[in-house]
Amino acid sequence: MSKSLNNYAIIASNLTKFYGDLLAVDHVNFRVRRGEIYGFLGPNGAGKTTTIRMLCGLTRISYGDAFIFGYNVRRESARVKSIIGVVQDISNLYMELSCFDNLMFCAEMYGVPKSERKKRTLELLEFFGLLERREAKFKELSKGLKRRLVIAAAMVHRPHVLFLDEPTIGLDVKSKRQIWRLIRELNDKGLTIFLTTHNIYEAFNLCDRIAIINKGKIIAEGPPAELRKKVGGEKVLEIQTSPIVKDIKIFANLRGVVNARIERGVYHIVVNDIVLALEEILHVIKRYNLDIISISLRGADAEEVFIKLIGESE
Amino acid sequence: MKEVSIFGDLTKALYIAKKDIREYYLKPPTISWGLVFPVAFTLAFILKGGRGIGDLIPGLITMALFFGTTSMASASIVFERKIGSFERLLLFPISYTGIAIGKTLGSFFFGLVSLMTIMLVILPLVLNMYFYSLLLILVLMLSALMFSALGVFISFLIKDPTYTMMIFNSIRFPMIFLCGIFIPVSSFPLPLRIIALLLPLTYSVEAVRYSLYHNYDIIPPTISILIIVLTTIVLIVLTSIKIKQSIP
Repeated sequence: MSKSLNNYAIIASNLTKFYGDLLAVDHVNFRVRRGEIYGFLGPNGAGKTTTIRMLCGLTRISYGDAFIFGYNVRRESARVKSIIGVVQDISNLYMELSCFDNLMFCAEMYGVPKSERKKRTLELLEFFGLLERREAKFKELSKGLKRRLVIAAAMVHRPHVLFLDEPTIGLDVKSKRQIWRLIRELNDKGLTIFLTTHNIYEAFNLCDRIAIINKGKIIAEGPPAELRKKVGGEKVLEIQTSPIVKDIKIFANLRGVVNARIERGVYHIVVNDIVLALEEILHVIKRYNLDIISISLRGADAEEVFIKLIGESE
Repeated sequence: MKEVSIFGDLTKALYIAKKDIREYYLKPPTISWGLVFPVAFTLAFILKGGRGIGDLIPGLITMALFFGTTSMASASIVFERKIGSFERLLLFPISYTGIAIGKTLGSFFFGLVSLMTIMLVILPLVLNMYFYSLLLILVLMLSALMFSALGVFISFLIKDPTYTMMIFNSIRFPMIFLCGIFIPVSSFPLPLRIIALLLPLTYSVEAVRYSLYHNYDIIPPTISILIIVLTTIVLIVLTSIKIKQSIP
């Protein structure tokens, strides 16, 4: 591997996974720079978890190669495992062990020197706000605290790269925000973070760069701002009417409209020709005898970018 | 995983065993099948009494060891695979053989707990006996390792955790009757004798019998010990292959 390639934390080259005849990941290529937060965003079943599992050695690579800090994932798996921390999409630490003992066990397994284990464990418990619960058994923790401990467990050996598979799945808003803050703080310390998520907001607000994956293929990649540009001059019209017509097709098929959805009683209509679309929309409103309660125009948000890119790939 | 050192792997295997001891020793299936059942079984025979009870001692000791180790193996592995925490072990820098040894050691130590409990129960029967104590300790240790390795291997074959005890018991109970615990293997018809020779428990019963009574039924102690050691190695290798194959 050349020196320039060594500057990357992760390199995936034609990474491919077949489960029998099913192609789960299809010749995926990406490079993650050292010190960045790289997000893998996609709908359920897109191939996110399979990709992360291949990089961590939990799933065999069918074809292609992957390198982490220059080490080949297939041939140097023990070296790779010693420099990565992995947080799976389930909180799978040991139920009967205390927070302290869980971290100590992980430190032992990662070969953290005996003289440092206790210090490192206490340091992490403090950083993740678990010091007071150090003697609590893992099974006694709330979902949010479990998630925090699982991330702490992946950090005991000071990894170069932290893999997070759906780090906030199933958490309440408060716990989600705490996890996002911790991820940012870890990244500020220089840690490279690779995360998979189907939460668009999480990806667009947390990541330096995002790859959008659908049906095993990367369909777009870049910083969030660049991905927003990909939807060009598209705008979103948010209209509230009385009464509400639940059949969204009345707006979705109009000229100048890219797509439309209804959410909590508000039509979100993505348009690429505002004048034409507005003319058509007002015509429909008149035809259905609807009263406009509110109408506003804004730029495309992360969700619209995601929907558009996924839609184009299909 | 060639980059992992043997010493480092063995140390980590001990950490896995230590973790399993703390995590699973008090789990209901471990206690009920690994401690309560062998004790109840042994007490039933002792309370029934009779002249032949002495002949059953090797079998009862071996059976306690067998149930203790295999119950612990099934509890730790099947449960961890069910809740996904077994995958954590695959994320650590340790070889598959290291994981197999670690899991085997966890069950081994619980087997010794079962053994000690049974020893206390049968103490009045063996107090006045003269036996090869060092050989007995060696045979029991090696047997505990072999049964643990067997339990670990079977646990990795089980796909649906709800069938664990059914599968384990459908293997364990026939073995009790086929391996010379109650009836000497030499009295079996030829087909059953062949089956008995294929079962690892037979060799343990024979070696324990020799240690206690200085005689054996059909297998000399050296052969029994050799087969116990070889079986243990083969089972650990097979388990590490099975772990590797479990990666999709």
